[in-house]
Amino acid sequence: MIERRPVANAFGHLMLVAMIVIVAFPIYLAVIAASHTIQDVSQTPMPLLPGAELLENTARALFDGPQLVGVSGSTPAIVLMMNSLIMAISIAVGKIIISLLSAFAIVYFRFPLKNFFFWMIFITLMLPVEVRIIPTYKIVADLGLLDTYTGLVLPLIASATATFLFRQFFMTVPDELVEAARIDGAGPMRFFFDILVPLTRTSIAAMFVIQFIYGWNQYLWPLLIASDYKYQTIVLAIGRLIRAPDAFYEWPVIMGMAVLALLPPVLVVVLMQRWFVKGLVETEK
Amino acid sequence: MAKVTLKGVKKNYGPVKAIHGVDMEIADGEFIVIVGPSGCGKSTLLRMVAGLEAITEGQIVIGDRVVNDIEPADRDIAMVFQNYALYPHMSVYQNMSYGLRIRGMDKADIEKRVQRAAEILQLQPYLQRKPRELSGGQRQRVAMGRAIVREPSVFLFDEPLSNLDAKLRVQMRLEIKRLHQQLGVTSIYVTHDQVEAMTLADRLVVMNQGRADQIGTPGDVYNHPATTYVGGFIGSPAMNFVKCRIDAGKAVLDDGVTLALPGGWTAPAGSYTLGIRPETLRIARPEETPDLHLDVDVAEELGADTLLHGKIGGQDVVARVPSNAGFHDKSRPGLMVDISRAHLFDNESGLRVAV
Repeated sequence: MIERRPVANAFGHLMLVAMIVIVAFPIYLAVIAASHTIQDVSQTPMPLLPGAELLENTARALFDGPQLVGVSGSTPAIVLMMNSLIMAISIAVGKIIISLLSAFAIVYFRFPLKNFFFWMIFITLMLPVEVRIIPTYKIVADLGLLDTYTGLVLPLIASATATFLFRQFFMTVPDELVEAARIDGAGPMRFFFDILVPLTRTSIAAMFVIQFIYGWNQYLWPLLIASDYKYQTIVLAIGRLIRAPDAFYEWPVIMGMAVLALLPPVLVVVLMQRWFVKGLVETEK
Repeated sequence: MAKVTLKGVKKNYGPVKAIHGVDMEIADGEFIVIVGPSGCGKSTLLRMVAGLEAITEGQIVIGDRVVNDIEPADRDIAMVFQNYALYPHMSVYQNMSYGLRIRGMDKADIEKRVQRAAEILQLQPYLQRKPRELSGGQRQRVAMGRAIVREPSVFLFDEPLSNLDAKLRVQMRLEIKRLHQQLGVTSIYVTHDQVEAMTLADRLVVMNQGRADQIGTPGDVYNHPATTYVGGFIGSPAMNFVKCRIDAGKAVLDDGVTLALPGGWTAPAGSYTLGIRPETLRIARPEETPDLHLDVDVAEELGADTLLHGKIGGQDVVARVPSNAGFHDKSRPGLMVDISRAHLFDNESGLRVAV
């Protein structure tokens, strides 16, 4: 039983509210800034109540992109978001497929150096993209994959995290289930598709959420690979927008774009929340 | 349907010997129960017949095929697992038909077989349900249904009732028995529960540390246990074992109690272990001179019977007497021993000594 003490309760709530305010305030500011005209936003202090221009500003961000005075050219958010979407979904789906297969091999097959391979995969958990970025870039460049979706996605697909998660899940699947399938005459791939994958679907959903957000938030890798504006992702573009020196920024539109960039990950989390929690917490057996 | 023959079947896990060589002939349609405590190798033996464990040495023959190198799916067997091993995401119907679908059987034939199995097992109302929506007993029936639809020549049961509560276990035991009478398929059934073993078996295999100590009918195993181990394992409460010396037609226990042996006993003089079942001890009637006196520590009343736990000459002995005899803790009843139903075992090997 959890103790019920009013003072502790109040303190707990106070802490939670404080944390929420700290996290939510910048997002609130972005929404507010996106809802005013550029003149209003440029005042000091900036208005803290919503204005009337939200839809117009966001629509401009979506279809035209912010105009930077002194900087020519701007990519509309819809193109950038499409790039991000392609990248995030490809990474998530690719990671899930590869991880499912490698976890399947590691858990259910006996082959030479099995443990060695598992530990190799496991060790790459400790190596983030940044550590291996130069050799990876060299390989991608040599393969002629710069400024392509393949180049954006492929090097990020291998995932120790997902392999490890699926391995843990597969190990909880009772041996009897495997044996029952063997007696029923199901071969390894049949077992994989008919039984293992359907059982793993909540974990797959959880993995999809995590990896979608991971893919969506990639910054460094697209920065290197996508020099062509056609392949830029929205995270990258936002970063570039405010780097132009001495430019006159169209803040409401930029903020509108930032809010737009937030939406897909939020949507994915909200829509898949039930599965996500299920996948991480419970196992259906 | 088929005979099953085990010829010198052995199993080693590296240097560890799990099964030391089992020989057995199982007749067509026979119900064999393999019984023993956990770790005795009974499940391993069953899994070798199923093809889930490799056979280290020896041969297993099902029908007239040596199946040592045949995949489980091709051995013409079906297995029921302790935890049911139903596919959680499939409905009852899909669970039962999965093996048939893999075989590429015709949809109409599958439907016919599943419906028939569902009828036998009274599962028709549940065919579209998922396993998690069923009770333990229903799940167990689905597991059996999955075995029945295959129409195999051998059924293998691996402790199928262990996960059920006591009442349901009795009910399912009867259903398995009825099912066997109905289908007449050769069955091998593994359990650690001696009641299941005694009630279901045509013949029992009592396993002890990787050896089959005795193979015989339930009556045989109970009345003529081949080793002290079998005597102690089958029967509840367990058989009493007392050390004794046999000399000149008498058995002398440690504390000097002397029991006259029946005329037919011809065991040579020497030290033995005498096996006396608790139910072959009875309270001496007033006019009789008791064979021995039991110093009762604890009297366990079971209702109809009372178990008297005590000592004779420092050796633990249990007697099962009617509750109305009125003996309690710390009493000292005089008992008669039905020595003609006692068993004599070799002290060293634990083997039964012919008398």
